[in-house]
Amino acid sequence: MSSLGELRVLAQDRKNARAGGAKGTRRENLAGYLFLSPWIVGMLVFTIGPMLASLYLSFTKYNLLKPPQWLGLGNYTALLQDPVLRHSLRVTFTYVFVGVPLQLAVALGLALLLDRGLRGMAFYRSVFYLPSLLGGSVAVAILWRQVFGKNGIVNGALALVGVHDAPGWIGHPDYALGTLIILHVWTFGSPLIIFLAGLRQIPEMYYEAAEMDGAGKLRRFRAITIPLLTPIIFFNLVLQIIFAFQSFTQAYIVSGGTGGPSDSTMFYTLYLYRKAFVDLQMGYASAMAWVLLLIIGAFTALMFWFSKFWVFYDD
Amino acid sequence: MTATMMLEPRVTTSASDPRLRRMRRRRAVTATLRHLGLIALAALMIYPLVWLLVSSFKPNEDIFKDLSILTTHLTTENYTHAWNAQQYPFGHYLMNSMIISGASIVGNLISCSLAAYSFARLRFRGRNLMFAAMLMSIMLPFHVVLVPQFLIFKHLDWLNTFLPLIVPKFLATDAFFVFLMVQFIRALPKEIFEAARIDGAGHPRMYAFITLPLMVPALATTAIFTFIWTWSDFFGPLIYLRKPSGFTAAIALKGFLDSQESSNYGSMFAMSIVSLVPLFVVFMVGQRYLVKGFATTGIK
Repeated sequence: MSSLGELRVLAQDRKNARAGGAKGTRRENLAGYLFLSPWIVGMLVFTIGPMLASLYLSFTKYNLLKPPQWLGLGNYTALLQDPVLRHSLRVTFTYVFVGVPLQLAVALGLALLLDRGLRGMAFYRSVFYLPSLLGGSVAVAILWRQVFGKNGIVNGALALVGVHDAPGWIGHPDYALGTLIILHVWTFGSPLIIFLAGLRQIPEMYYEAAEMDGAGKLRRFRAITIPLLTPIIFFNLVLQIIFAFQSFTQAYIVSGGTGGPSDSTMFYTLYLYRKAFVDLQMGYASAMAWVLLLIIGAFTALMFWFSKFWVFYDD
Repeated sequence: MTATMMLEPRVTTSASDPRLRRMRRRRAVTATLRHLGLIALAALMIYPLVWLLVSSFKPNEDIFKDLSILTTHLTTENYTHAWNAQQYPFGHYLMNSMIISGASIVGNLISCSLAAYSFARLRFRGRNLMFAAMLMSIMLPFHVVLVPQFLIFKHLDWLNTFLPLIVPKFLATDAFFVFLMVQFIRALPKEIFEAARIDGAGHPRMYAFITLPLMVPALATTAIFTFIWTWSDFFGPLIYLRKPSGFTAAIALKGFLDSQESSNYGSMFAMSIVSLVPLFVVFMVGQRYLVKGFATTGIK
C-alpha cells in the first residue's frame, strides 16, 4: 500500500487505530521508544521545532544580523502585493499543472503499451527509466541548456527540416518554461514503473471472467483496467504535484540562478531561495514557505475530495 | 501494493482454432509496429545523453559546428583541461560528494531501520499518531523547516562543514525510507519472530539477527536511492557549502556556468559526464532494487 493509502486507512479507522496504539505492555512501550529514539529526536529537532520557529519567523523581519522584529501579518500582506511573487506563482502553477499531467499521461500510455509480456520489456524499462534517475542532476540541467540553446540539438534538428530562424528556447521568455516542462516530461520513467507494477496487480481472473461474459477488449479496458488503476493514478498525481511544486535545481541551473529571462523561470522555490539566501529576508522567506505549505495542502485536500468521484477502491 | 509486484509476464493461452494463424500474423505485425515505435521513442529520449557523451570528446570549437554524434575527430583534451580548471582538481569535489553520500547511506541504513522495526513490530502508546506524523513528513515541503534548520546549523558553527548534510540522516529524517522498510518488515512471516521470542530473543536481538539479515533487499534499495539523491543534491550543498574546499561535484559543475569557462562547453560537458558516471554505475548494478523500491512505495 502506498503512503497515501496508509494515511487513508489510519484516518478512516481512527477509533480503532487509537486503541491499537495504546495496547502495548510496558516493556514494549520502552523498546518501542528506544528503537524510535533517533527518529523522535530528528522529528523534534529537525521538523516540528523548525516548523514552529519558521511560523514565528514568518511574522517577523529577520536578516540574520539583528534579532527578529515582530511585524504581525506584515510579511503576508507584503506577499499579496509582491508582483514577482505573483509571477512566480503563475510560473510554478503552469509548470505543475501542465508538466505533471503530461508526464503522467505519457507514463500511463506507455505502461499500457508495455504491459502484457512484451518482449524486451526489461530493456525498455531501463531505457525509459534512466532519464528519471539522472533528471535531477546539475549535469542534465546543463545539458538541457545546450539542447534548447540557440545552437542546440533541437534547432539543429529544426534546421534539417528547413526551419532556420528558430529562437534560443532557453533564452526566450516565452519558451524557457516550456523547456523545463519538457525536461519534467522526459523523466516519466518513475511513474511508468509504478503504473506497470499496478497493472501487474490486477488479477488475471477479472479479465477471464469478463471475456467469458462476452466483454470486448475496449470494454475490458474501460471496466477493469482503468477503474483498478485509478488509485495508482491518483496517488501518482498527488505525489508528483507535491514534488513538482518544490522543483528547484533545473530552474536554477537553466537560468543561472536568476529565474530569467524576465523571470520566466522564477519558480516559487527559486524566489524563496533568493529571498532567504541572497536578500537575507529570512522572515519573508518563512512566510513564503508557509504559503507554499498551505497551497500544497489545499491542493492535496482538494484532490482527495475530488477522488471520491473518480477513484475506485477495491476494498 | 506489496514488495513483490514485478512478476513474470502474463501468458494468455487460447485454444487452437482455424482463425488462430491469421490472428497470430496480425499480432506479429502489431508487435513489430509497437517495437518500432518504442525503439524510436527510446532513441529520442536517450539521444541528448549520447550527444552529451560524444560532445565531451569533441574539440570545443566543433561541438556546435557539427551537431551529429557521428564524428571521427575525438580527443580527451576536454577532460584533462577541465579536471584542473577550477581551484581544486575535480577529483577533490568528487571525493566530497562521495564522503557525503557514503555517510548519508550509513546514517539512513541505521536510523531508518531502527525506526521501521519499531513501527512495524512493536506496539506502544502513541504509535499510530507518530506513524501518521512520519507519513505526513514524507509529503512536507522542506521549505517550512529550511530557515530554522539553517539557523540551527549556523549556531552550531557547522556551516561549511558536511555535518548539516549528514547528521540529519542519522536521525531518520528521510521518512520515505522508514516507510519503505516498514512495508518490508510487515511482509516478513510472523512465525520467525514468534520462534525467536520463544527461544528467548529480545527485541535488540530480533532486530539485529533476524530482521536486518532478512531485509537486505530493502536496505539495498535504501542505499541506492540515498546515493542517487545525495549525489545529485544541489540545494543542500548550495546553502551549506560555500567554500571551494567543501564543494560537491554538483556545485563545482555549477562553477563552470559562473566563470569565464562558461563558453568552454567541452569542459563543462566532460565534467558533466564524470559526475554522471557514478549514477550510471549504480543504476546498472542496482536496477533490480531500484525498480522494486519504486514499485513498492512509488515515490521518486
